[in-house]
Amino acid sequence: MHIVLRLAWRNLWRQPRRTWLTTGAMVFCNILLVFMMSMQFGMYGMMIDNTLQIFTGHLQVQAPGYKDEQKMRQVVPNILPLANTIRAELQSKAVAARGRTFVLASSEERSYGVMVYGVEPEFEQNVSNIPGLVRDGRYLRDHDAAEIVIGSILARNLRVDIGDEMTLLGGGADGSFAAAVVDVVGIFTSGVTAIDRNIAEIPLGLFQETFSMRGAGHQIVVVGEDLDEVPLLQMRVQSVLPAGSELQVLDWDTLQPGLRQVIQADMSSSFFMYFVLVVLVSFSVLNTQLMSVLERTREFGIVMALGLKPGKLGGLIMLETALMGMMGVVLGAFAGALFTSWFTTNGLAIPGMEEMAAQFNLPAKMYPRVNLLTLLAGPGIVFVFTMLAAIYPALRLRWQNPVEAMRVA
Amino acid sequence: MSAVRCVDLCKTYRQGDQDIKALDHVNLEITSGDFVCLSAPSGGGKTTLLNAIGGLDTPDSGEVYVAGQRIDNLSKSDLADLRLRKIGFVFQAYNLIPVLTARENIEFVMQVQGVPASERREKSLAILHEVGLETLEDRRPAKMSGGQQQRVAVARAIVSRPELVLADEPTANLDSKTAGELMELFTALNERHNSTFIIATHDQHIMTYAKRLIRMLDGRIVEDIDQRAA
Repeated sequence: MHIVLRLAWRNLWRQPRRTWLTTGAMVFCNILLVFMMSMQFGMYGMMIDNTLQIFTGHLQVQAPGYKDEQKMRQVVPNILPLANTIRAELQSKAVAARGRTFVLASSEERSYGVMVYGVEPEFEQNVSNIPGLVRDGRYLRDHDAAEIVIGSILARNLRVDIGDEMTLLGGGADGSFAAAVVDVVGIFTSGVTAIDRNIAEIPLGLFQETFSMRGAGHQIVVVGEDLDEVPLLQMRVQSVLPAGSELQVLDWDTLQPGLRQVIQADMSSSFFMYFVLVVLVSFSVLNTQLMSVLERTREFGIVMALGLKPGKLGGLIMLETALMGMMGVVLGAFAGALFTSWFTTNGLAIPGMEEMAAQFNLPAKMYPRVNLLTLLAGPGIVFVFTMLAAIYPALRLRWQNPVEAMRVA
Repeated sequence: MSAVRCVDLCKTYRQGDQDIKALDHVNLEITSGDFVCLSAPSGGGKTTLLNAIGGLDTPDSGEVYVAGQRIDNLSKSDLADLRLRKIGFVFQAYNLIPVLTARENIEFVMQVQGVPASERREKSLAILHEVGLETLEDRRPAKMSGGQQQRVAVARAIVSRPELVLADEPTANLDSKTAGELMELFTALNERHNSTFIIATHDQHIMTYAKRLIRMLDGRIVEDIDQRAA
């Protein structure tokens, strides 16, 4: 081993308790960072999945401009054959066509404005969790049946229950007056007030007939295995769109820009906390290395007298810090990975969360996502700050005079 | 050939309200291969003169030459290079690096000089043998006696064959027998390697080993005796 490396390593263990305490602080910080970042990324994944699973999906095929202004006549023509083509291309059942319009929904006693979706009952459950949220009655079965599934708050407001009749009044795609009478077959509870109060679903066949859609719809929703797959899916869906078509394939980020903003805002506040944690550890390193330099002032004076330049002495301090930092990174990342991996398998259940999660059709536990980024980013930053903290003690040697240093007891 | 030449050296320290003249117009020339003792009572200026010659401290005025090179106007970095390559130091308190073994302490300076590993090892073992510590190569300073530590310090100072060896009170922490043995070693090394030795001491017995004795008082040279003639 290089003698300077040996010297640096042995210098670390002159005060083993101090070295272990400082390394321990780094290890603890690294474990915490690996766990917290993995939890955070797991939570974001869950947030995205759950938000997108309600309606949005990972991708949507829409008419140009429909995203910004939902007009009845901005349609995807021949929507069912196109949905079948996309299913065949992707060899996936997680593709579903929809129509969407605003209607006046009336019961015997009351009327409310409602957003009504025409859905493919067979495929909707593969792209949306609304079918799984039906608490009373059942979900839609038939493509053309005159039936409806509504949110629980809407049911309460309209004072309807399973088997009751409702009337839907709206405008057709051709500008005509549209009306339908439907039976309530299911009531869902998503836990999201806006959805439970304003959303209803009817079969796509009934939607197309009622609103004069002539085989058209408003969106084809596609859900992939995971978010990383989305760009590839987008290209494949784009490739099967009819030639000369102006239809757009929009990804979840375009469809739900607010979601990324929420995540970014949360990340900013979390990263500020992590920064504070890392700075505290850096001060611990600064303290250790400064003490280490001060108590060796005489020794440094000697080696300077022997001809060692202050720059090389500073290098020795940086090397000692790097060795300590590497111990912190390796032990911290390893222990952090072990600790976090247990939760990736078993999940983290917060007391009281299970019942609440079940109500929202969410998993009862949170699962961290460990990857290279969550494993190495935190420890890497701790290492960088550790090295930065050692700069002052190392620079301090530049101003050291060997004669004065040797006089220190 | 002149190993060291000092021309009209002055150095004043401020102590409280008083100015202390540590060096007061010192003129000195030491020839190569000489064995010189600098003798002075405490505060007489011998350490200040040694530091000025070794490039550890700069005089207020005057000139210092080592091996013909003027050094009082060199930069810190050049002075460090000079000390590394041309001067060996032996200090009163041994001043070994505590976490390195005897051999590693000796090798450390050579490492900084850029000597290859195999040559370092060969030279360090040879010098340990020369100072009689060949069996202690893997021992750390804390496990050695004061005399043994000082021998390692001497070995470290001379292993690179410096032109000049400066020793500041090297026997002050040693008993008289060990001090005598160390001086025998210095004398032998001086004769064997023809390095110039300047030893600062106030021990009368140590002075008897010197070929030349320079006495200082209040920063001035008051006596310069060639003991070979005596």
